[in-house]
Amino acid sequence: MLLAFDTATPAITAAVHDGTAVRAESTQVDARRHGELLLPTVDEVLREAGVKLDAVTGIVVGVGPGPYTGLRVGLVTAAAFGDALGVPVYGVCTLDGIAYAAGQADDLDGPFVVATDARRKEVYWARYGDPRTRITDPAVDRPADIADEVAGLPAVGAGAALYPEVFTGVRPQAPVHQSAAALAALASERLARGEEFLPALPLYLRRPDAQVPAGYKLVMPK
Amino acid sequence: MADEPLVLGIETSCDETGVGVVRGHTLLADAVATSVDEHARFGGVVPEVASRAHLEAMVPTIQRALKDAGVSASDLDGIAVTAGPGLAGALLVGVSAAKAYAYALGKPLYGVNHLASHICVDQLEHGALPEPTMALLVSGGHSSLLLAPDITSDVRSLGSTIDDAAGEAFDKVARVLGLGFPGGPVIDRYAREGDPDAIRFPRGLTGPRDPLYDFSFSGLKTSVARWIEARRAAGETVPVADVAASFQEAVTDVLTRKAIRACKDHGVDHLMMGGGVAANSRLRAMAEERCAAAGIELRVPRPKLCTDNGAMVAALGAEMVARGRAASDWELPADSSLPVTEPHVPGRHHAA
Ligand SMILES: [Zn+2]
Repeated sequence: MLLAFDTATPAITAAVHDGTAVRAESTQVDARRHGELLLPTVDEVLREAGVKLDAVTGIVVGVGPGPYTGLRVGLVTAAAFGDALGVPVYGVCTLDGIAYAAGQADDLDGPFVVATDARRKEVYWARYGDPRTRITDPAVDRPADIADEVAGLPAVGAGAALYPEVFTGVRPQAPVHQSAAALAALASERLARGEEFLPALPLYLRRPDAQVPAGYKLVMPK
Repeated sequence: MADEPLVLGIETSCDETGVGVVRGHTLLADAVATSVDEHARFGGVVPEVASRAHLEAMVPTIQRALKDAGVSASDLDGIAVTAGPGLAGALLVGVSAAKAYAYALGKPLYGVNHLASHICVDQLEHGALPEPTMALLVSGGHSSLLLAPDITSDVRSLGSTIDDAAGEAFDKVARVLGLGFPGGPVIDRYAREGDPDAIRFPRGLTGPRDPLYDFSFSGLKTSVARWIEARRAAGETVPVADVAASFQEAVTDVLTRKAIRACKDHGVDHLMMGGGVAANSRLRAMAEERCAAAGIELRVPRPKLCTDNGAMVAALGAEMVARGRAASDWELPADSSLPVTEPHVPGRHHAA
């Protein structure tokens, strides 16, 4: 029994998956209230699924990439659940969940690209060979700088929809936002195949903004 | 006593990841992970650096606190967390962790005020707080005079800084002197070798028409910087110890003068001091001297409990449990500007 959630995109999404099917799912889009909405959303899906916490055998969490403040809400919640319940925490790249959901909603059979909004006129993105197989590391770039790599490829995700002049193959049928149901289903498949998961650590992809001040000259005595 | 509330407290409002465990007024554990070294080269706390460090340190620090306390998470009567004020992104890590532990363990959650926690921590050192309590809170983030008739429900602000916090002034003066970050401990150290009367720096907001209980440290900081620059421009050596001692004297003079005035005006016969600057040796000595002369009892926790820590949050959480205050909702927000007049954030569903 997996409890999955992801806060790396504007969506606050949680789901319960019993190893065979999704038992409950809830997704809200509110980029500024991840911290307030995640726990109530988790509570809601557990109730709806009729699943008690002691039945949960693993936590699945989207590890980004994503804007940091929201991303950390999901990761620290996952780490705390894992510790308090004594169950493993499985990290999954957020873009992988979107790719998997796109595969379910659309008949993508060849290579495609997933992109989310990284703000500051950049996107988080990766290329996929098929909906279960990522073939590049997630990266953060200005759309214009990756135009050659993504031109003509089918494209999914809110980042692709934002920059249609670069992501020329945007698929209108594919879901725009992350869904924990897709993340949980993907994790469940990977568990069944005995595949490795990512550690539940954030994929920031950027350094913190901070500048060493010019300051004054040192006048240490002696 | 075993029937006193056993509470775990989480504090992440700035650069310390603090987790404390208390039973009533008894301190059982006070685990702290700090990212202060990562901020030093920036000359101040960098919020994103602090938030990243909180995420890394959160679960290990909680595990360490429970182990140090020798209790099991399932024995807890509640989980308390700083809901504000503080750095928004940093607070959010602690609040999210507290919610998940409380939910997973089936314990009530108490989102509490950082400033009220600084006051309440003294219960771990000197027993139950008198009511009302007069408190002087001074740190890098706040400088306030507070009157608390009931630390769980009624905290009033008498005055606060109108510009820089006292601790900020220490950091800025230390930077001008080239002494590094954080400034408090290093200024304290140099000041011991210096003459506090060498330079007469201004005492902000102490004029006859100035607000009685408000503070201002921005003018003092500028005045110190100008004095130093003038010496440098004249090619003279800056007497670092004398500058540190004279600056520190100006800060502590104003703080203690106003705090004692507040006690007298409100008929309160004791003064509680907290916050990182309350660890300053000159402030402690001067407060002791002046309180004794005024017949006021001084209560100052040991330095480690004055700086930000999880035990103070646990102490206030335990008081919330003991007094039957309403728990917080799962929607509890991290509020970077939580007013000092709200000692805790009761849930809408629980509110009386
Ligand atoms: Zn503080």
